[in-house]
Amino acid sequence: MAGLTLSLMVAPLLVLLAATSAQAGQHAAVATLCLPQADTTGCISGTLGGRANPIEGADVTLAKLDGTTETQTTEADGKFSFTITEAGKYTLSVDPESLPDGFDLLTDEVTVNAVLGQTRSAIFEIRSVDYDPTTSLSGEIIQGAFNGLRLGLLLALASVGLSLIYGTTGLSNFAHAEQVTLGGMTAYLFINVWGINLFLGGLMVLIVGGFTGWFQDVVLWRPLRRRGLGLTQLMIVTIGLSLAMQYSYQFFVGSRTVRVVVENPTTVTFGPITTTQQSLAAMGICAVVLAAVGFALLRTRIGRATRAVSDNPALAQASGIDTDKVIRLVWTVAMALAGLSGILYALVVNGIKWDTGLQILLLLFAAVTLGGLGTAFGALVGSIVIGLVVEMAPLTPFILGDFKYAAALLMLILVLMVRPQGLLGKAQRVG
Amino acid sequence: MSEATAVNAQGTNPLADPQARIDLMADVARTPGSAKPNPILTVDNIVRQFGGMTAVDVDHLEVQRGLITALIGPNGAGKTTFFNLITGFDKPTSAGKGAHWSFEGRTLDKTSASRVARSGMVRTFQLTKSLNRMTVMDNMLLGAQDQAGENLALSMFKPVWRRQEKQIEAKAEELLDRFSLLEKRHDYAGSLSGGQRKLLEMARALMSDPTMIMLDEPMAGVNPALTQSLLGHIQSLRDDGMTVLFVEHDMHVVRHISDWVVVMAEGRIVAEGSAGSVMAEPAVIDAYLGAHHDTDLGDDSLLDEPAAGDAKTDEEQA
Amino acid sequence: MNEIQQILTSMVSTALTPQTAAVAIAVIGLNIHFGFTGLLNIGQSAFMLLGAYGFAISITSYDLPLIVAVFVGLALAFLFALVLGVPTLKLRGDYLAIVTISAAEIIRYVGRSVGYEWLFDKTGGAQGIPGSRYRGPFRDLSVFGDGSTSLLPFNWRDVADGAIWVRLLSWAIVIAVIITVIQIARGKTSLTGRTRALSLTALGAVGVLVTLFAVPVTNQNTGVDGWWTVVVAWGLAVLSSVLVLILTRSPWGRALRGVREDEDAMRSLGKNVFAIKMQALIIGGLFGALGGIMYVLPSTVQPDNMGRSLTFFIYTALLLGGAATIWGPILGSILFFAGRIAVIGITQTYVPNSIMSNQEATQFAFIVVGVALMLLVIFRPQGILGDKRELRFNV
Repeated sequence: MAGLTLSLMVAPLLVLLAATSAQAGQHAAVATLCLPQADTTGCISGTLGGRANPIEGADVTLAKLDGTTETQTTEADGKFSFTITEAGKYTLSVDPESLPDGFDLLTDEVTVNAVLGQTRSAIFEIRSVDYDPTTSLSGEIIQGAFNGLRLGLLLALASVGLSLIYGTTGLSNFAHAEQVTLGGMTAYLFINVWGINLFLGGLMVLIVGGFTGWFQDVVLWRPLRRRGLGLTQLMIVTIGLSLAMQYSYQFFVGSRTVRVVVENPTTVTFGPITTTQQSLAAMGICAVVLAAVGFALLRTRIGRATRAVSDNPALAQASGIDTDKVIRLVWTVAMALAGLSGILYALVVNGIKWDTGLQILLLLFAAVTLGGLGTAFGALVGSIVIGLVVEMAPLTPFILGDFKYAAALLMLILVLMVRPQGLLGKAQRVG
Repeated sequence: MSEATAVNAQGTNPLADPQARIDLMADVARTPGSAKPNPILTVDNIVRQFGGMTAVDVDHLEVQRGLITALIGPNGAGKTTFFNLITGFDKPTSAGKGAHWSFEGRTLDKTSASRVARSGMVRTFQLTKSLNRMTVMDNMLLGAQDQAGENLALSMFKPVWRRQEKQIEAKAEELLDRFSLLEKRHDYAGSLSGGQRKLLEMARALMSDPTMIMLDEPMAGVNPALTQSLLGHIQSLRDDGMTVLFVEHDMHVVRHISDWVVVMAEGRIVAEGSAGSVMAEPAVIDAYLGAHHDTDLGDDSLLDEPAAGDAKTDEEQA
Repeated sequence: MNEIQQILTSMVSTALTPQTAAVAIAVIGLNIHFGFTGLLNIGQSAFMLLGAYGFAISITSYDLPLIVAVFVGLALAFLFALVLGVPTLKLRGDYLAIVTISAAEIIRYVGRSVGYEWLFDKTGGAQGIPGSRYRGPFRDLSVFGDGSTSLLPFNWRDVADGAIWVRLLSWAIVIAVIITVIQIARGKTSLTGRTRALSLTALGAVGVLVTLFAVPVTNQNTGVDGWWTVVVAWGLAVLSSVLVLILTRSPWGRALRGVREDEDAMRSLGKNVFAIKMQALIIGGLFGALGGIMYVLPSTVQPDNMGRSLTFFIYTALLLGGAATIWGPILGSILFFAGRIAVIGITQTYVPNSIMSNQEATQFAFIVVGVALMLLVIFRPQGILGDKRELRFNV
């Protein structure tokens, strides 16, 4: 009977797995997906060339314990998957001749300790031949820094809004990253499904994002402020909202990755940096929009009012600023920025998923805290730092790609210990 | 109370006599930072800056044991910040660069707020910090020190702390009675009036038998009808041998009960002396100029007017 | 009628499962954090996951005895609490929230990771550790023997040939008992002291018996999630509640509530606020780890099963039952899981598949949970058992 609960709990996961394998199924892999049976079979599987650019048609050979061998040829997804019936050390190799032109094998053989009832992965290191080893380290660093800057700018769009909301209302909005996902999802709807022109669609995403912010403030946040609901309670409301939004995406769009534009992005190379046109355009848009927000905050009347409310709401109200109006504007602008961040993110990484917000939220909070809660410019600085840390951490020998988000958290914890108010924050007065 | 060091062998406090207090302070120089016959708190070189602005810059200050010392000054003079600094709620910018302060001979430079309180110097807050969603009695019980039952390991064994709990409860009831809050003991603190909460906060602070009590604007927001009884309580604490340091805006209150007055302006101590002498000093009149310059700062006839009512909006921006 | 009976059966059996009890234990832990101390821990699932990993890996990789394995799980949660608490507990509450939600995700990523072989060998990546590999020592302790038992053996089918009125009547009694129990627990009746406790216990027993009469549940005695696991899990949940009762009625518990209300006031009274918060974080985290161990006993250690959604379930259950109450966590967990199954069951049964498939019904239930959490906090922050007075004053 507990199985029922359990299966209901894992159901979303199964849906997810089913969806991804269904996509893989379209290419009809030779390597039928191995599923380990407890105590009878185990699996050794892997992907050649990584998920981003899988290698097709390579021969992978497994040397079995009884001396026989088994060979599989990878399909378009680059996957191979062997079933074994005996635990022990297996050796796998890839036939270098079978590799397509332009690829070079770094590891000829991989040894895997296979166990019955489980799937073990075999990882082959393969790189493109046109890859130039002489620039490797400095080149990688420059490429990493470039990617970091790109991620940082995308994060900054969303985190500036998060920080402004925190500054003016004191609320940490846990549903903020869901607004980023919303941006990507609506972009998918407008541009991919309805076939609207990219720029017009982008504008519509911005309007929808801003509208949701305005609408949320009208129906939710302002009435709750009026009720005098405590900040902790408000924070839990945002948590409930994020859960509801996340699963609404899954409900309506499904758990697959959706793309805003169908064509593959055009690659651009200059010096050691390889990137896409979309990325460059996205970075340009980010820089312009962020500059505009910064200018508005510093030089316009409403921007100064916003900063005054952030500084001291009671004083701002007393000096004749309509704080409710300022807060509504902040919600509107913040959500529009989050939406813009979402569509750009979806363009840059070429897709968005119902739970993309889950990962982004972590980075957003790290960025905002790092810069100093409630300071818009701190959020900008924090975002760039977090972007660089996340993209460059895997270059160090001890942090694997899997752990790059952990590096961001580690950074956050270190900063909290040394400078709890963040890089640009101010210490607070007691009493 | 029990730790009152100024109480003599007969069990009476010689400083309960007004003339004795006047005599004691008669020879003390009326200058900022003057030496006291028996200082309980000594402060040197405390500077606190917020950004570019200097909120507090005190070279030297001594607080005499067993007296009521008032700390006055206009808005933004740095009084509350100074309180925060010496009670460990804030760190001086000059920490490690000559900042030094000690209480009863013990250095407090690096002591946390909770340790300061445990060493016998207990404070209250300008904006009352009563624990609203707890009963008045629970508020009081939290004030007691060294409770065995607050130790996580011992808290599970009621026999270990039951007797102490009873003693603390008895003491709390006695104090609540003294502050006319006994009937409210089972009510939530949040349901009390602002003035009652001020009283509760003071009573709670007394649960720890402090040697020195520091009151941050005890009269702010208090109904004028309660002001008199609050003043009476403060005086009786002094007569029991406790040292009182309090921040106040209201000159009339200051004049009424304080034995010694310290004046701050723009973060510095600009004058010290008896209430009468201080209020005649040009530096003090200068500091207050604009707000009260055409009235006598210590006009007693104004005492009974509801002057405390406006104090709530006078929060310092320092 | 049979469809309703089916939905009710799945509701009752879900409410009874060891996993509901396990979540209840984690909710009890969160109650110490959030309800009593005001610590906004949004990573309770990570405490559960760490407890589960520590327990399972001790057995699968190191062959440690059961009791040692449990302690390893608890020790991991203890360390986790220290690591999270040291940098954040001196700061404003938001920081703890941000760091816990991030750290919980990181723990999940690390658990899923396939990069380091020594780690993957132990955690099994996203597929996790199958329960069959660590369940043995616990099952061996069972005193219930083999076979399966149906509770109650005497049920509605045995009265008047299972006529509809028997079922309707027994359901009505169940509902009446639940309402009465809640009324008494909230102090809405004139009962006090021992009579109140006794009548609560008696009514609770009657409620369980009538429920099982109306909706009999059949289980193995010692199977994967058999009666043995059910009894141990619920026994631990009740024991945990009693422990919390003792702790929170002590001066220590008073200090926790003081910290929840105002940290600066507590500092001014000479209390070491950091130590109190750290103790609360650790104790609540240990309950979380214990809950995690019970959670995986009848299933597998799968990191994706114990992520952010589980933490949100825990919050919803806590707020439903009533934060800062003793029995709120258990009541809230039972009602939450039974209610969730009801939502799924009803949508799957009565909404045509063309409108909502079975998978979509599950996702729909998640959306309902999110909305329910929002509505709860806004309209009834004290939950079912909480004291409204405690929440009237804004600090």
